[in-house]
Amino acid sequence: MLLNQFLLLAAALFCIGVYGVLVRKNGMLVLMSIELILNSVNINLVAFGALTDDVGGEVFALFTIAVAAAEVGVGLAIVLLMYRNRRSIDLSEADLMKG
Amino acid sequence: MTALLAAISSDTDLMVAQNIFFAIIAVSMIVAALKVVTTHNIVHAALWLVIVLAGVAAQFILLGAEFVAVTQVLVYIGAVVVLFLFGVMLTRASLGEDESVAREKRSMAAFVGVLLFSVMAIALIDTWSDDRIVIDEPQRVAEVSDSIFSQYIVPFEAISVLLLAALIGAIVVARKD
Repeated sequence: MLLNQFLLLAAALFCIGVYGVLVRKNGMLVLMSIELILNSVNINLVAFGALTDDVGGEVFALFTIAVAAAEVGVGLAIVLLMYRNRRSIDLSEADLMKG
Repeated sequence: MTALLAAISSDTDLMVAQNIFFAIIAVSMIVAALKVVTTHNIVHAALWLVIVLAGVAAQFILLGAEFVAVTQVLVYIGAVVVLFLFGVMLTRASLGEDESVAREKRSMAAFVGVLLFSVMAIALIDTWSDDRIVIDEPQRVAEVSDSIFSQYIVPFEAISVLLLAALIGAIVVARKD
């Protein structure tokens, strides 16, 4: 297998995730798009680990998975708090701290 | 893309089965990812996300990283997606047809995405055009665990503290009072 096919797949997933972060207004959907981005990074890490026959890539992919789980927990708490305060999770309305 | 296909077909140690499986999984992942960012129903978006995450796990198996694949299934499909579905259900406003994707933002974001992908694709094809991944045997789990608990012990402890901090932080943020 070529390394490039995995890298290009990861790049496509990354760009779709970036599109989702930019275009969606719903807080939950933005979190899902961030998951897409983190998964594309994991594919890159594991592919490079397989290329160099080194276990470090897989270890860092595991670390990324742990960080993503923590991120979802905190992000969900923030979205719930926002919903409780404003009855909406539309991110374009989240301008409370605007200067 | 044609150069890539030509490179694959001119491969001497051709891994036909792996490449076919890669293509099938990759296409379904891309389609599902596009559905995640375009569908109007948020529950459907979470379910499409399951397909993408399962596809990522399948790619890990193709790359011989079985432990990461199992962790991906357990943590992402088992826990994170359930968390997403809970979040969707707890925020009533977003169930069903809700999303009004900003029309003027959509074309600009699509432009950014396509531009980003073309730049990355050119750079990747330019840099890694003839690197091949040869997998003779899957990475052993014992090797991964040895590596985590010797060489990468400090990042591992940092991750542990981070998870604890995120747990406490989420409770403090979401607590009612």
